[in-house]
Amino acid sequence: MARRTPLNEAHRALGARMVDFAGWDMPVQYSSVIAEHEAVRNSVGLFDVSHMGEVEFAGPGALETVNGLISNDLARISDGQAVYAGLLNEQGGFVDDVVAYRFSPERILICVNASNRDKDFAWMKEHARGVAPVDRGDEYAQIAVQGPKAAGLVQRLTKTDTSKIGTYRFAEGEVAGVRAIISRTGYTGEDGFELYCAPDGAVALWNALLDAGQQEGVKPCGLGCRDSLRTEMKYALYGNDIDDSHTALEAGLGWIVKLDKAGFIGKDALVAQKAAGVKRKLVGFELTGAGIPRHGYPILKEGARVGEVTSGTMGPTVKKPIGIGYVPTELASEGSTFDVEIRGRAVPAVVVKTPFLKKP
Amino acid sequence: MSDANIPSNLKYTSDHEWARIEGNKAVVGITFHAQQTLGDVVYVELPAVGRKVSRGEAFGTVESVKAVSELFSPLSGTITKVNDELTAEPETLNTEPYGDGWIIEIEFSDSKELAELLDAAAYAKLLQNS
Repeated sequence: MARRTPLNEAHRALGARMVDFAGWDMPVQYSSVIAEHEAVRNSVGLFDVSHMGEVEFAGPGALETVNGLISNDLARISDGQAVYAGLLNEQGGFVDDVVAYRFSPERILICVNASNRDKDFAWMKEHARGVAPVDRGDEYAQIAVQGPKAAGLVQRLTKTDTSKIGTYRFAEGEVAGVRAIISRTGYTGEDGFELYCAPDGAVALWNALLDAGQQEGVKPCGLGCRDSLRTEMKYALYGNDIDDSHTALEAGLGWIVKLDKAGFIGKDALVAQKAAGVKRKLVGFELTGAGIPRHGYPILKEGARVGEVTSGTMGPTVKKPIGIGYVPTELASEGSTFDVEIRGRAVPAVVVKTPFLKKP
Repeated sequence: MSDANIPSNLKYTSDHEWARIEGNKAVVGITFHAQQTLGDVVYVELPAVGRKVSRGEAFGTVESVKAVSELFSPLSGTITKVNDELTAEPETLNTEPYGDGWIIEIEFSDSKELAELLDAAAYAKLLQNS
């Protein structure tokens, strides 16, 4: 039996099509993926992301403990800021990608992928030197409010001055009378917030956002458009674009790896890989022939398999067939060409600058 | 499922294609249910005119933003027409699955196969039980 978020009934009442995602019964779409995608790009969309996990480190030494586990550096940010980071294995591959919230040096909250919740917690428990992690996943529901009109909508429902919450910053407050962490983060490429609240407040918060958002044309959005939105930004998806066998440097996520900070798991492997040179890279490409690239399709150069597509779709906003995949470094620069094998056909593709979506 | 979504003048396959029989030819598309399940169609891969197909053989592909789905021929025969307009406007499969969203026309070679196709009532029952 798939797990259900506190909003499960609300999704069904809205006519969502539900699918099993990482063991959770989640909405894939309510109306149409493209309509929901466009709502987020042009107005505002709501996502139930309560299936994501949360792990807390609390007590003296929490910051140092977490800094030994993640690739980014919590010492470089202030209280009230968050960082995107990797939990890396000894080889520099990903256990998961996470967002770590610094409430204080003695309280860090880490948001992890739904598909990795149990694995991550076990891994953190095993590797944490200092403060022990506490699984808070069942104590938080999470609603993402994303789109150019997200800030206006959230501001009408809270006394917290959201203009003071910069990107990758957060505050604690009340939204529609529900206690929440108001975090200016997201996975769509648009401005917006991720609101963490207690599970029993989730329905009230969701309904308040839907009601108040009528004037913005708010739409409830499913996992379908979450995937197309993030693909247009070339944001990595764990299990597709990043996993335990590709390193952070190969994934083009060197910016979340702070090799100059004190030791963290995976650092030595990445230092060595950097010195030796990275042999394959994750690139964004467009098809120049007909078709749509999909996860798992082979990437060919002169007929020989040299890599693999990790994500792909027809980008609803960019209106092109776009893909992400690993290729040998010599094919990774902008303008490089290769083929993607689609049902036995070699379809030409060209490496392009990412994100695919160019913001004005 | 309303009757309008399963027209009574068409034949159906359990793979959710429909066929409109016109003499020795059949116009073929995907059902309302099929397009609804797929979601927004963004790409249609069509076969070449003149290609011979067997009943149940994959002759093309429909892709939505999320998923890839093969198209299976309801009858054996020769493809005599393809709906090229779907290349430029694949979303017609969502808006007009039984009209402008037709996909191919087949001149069928074995009329005995017609008996294997489902009528509207049998297809409706199949959907209810799925």
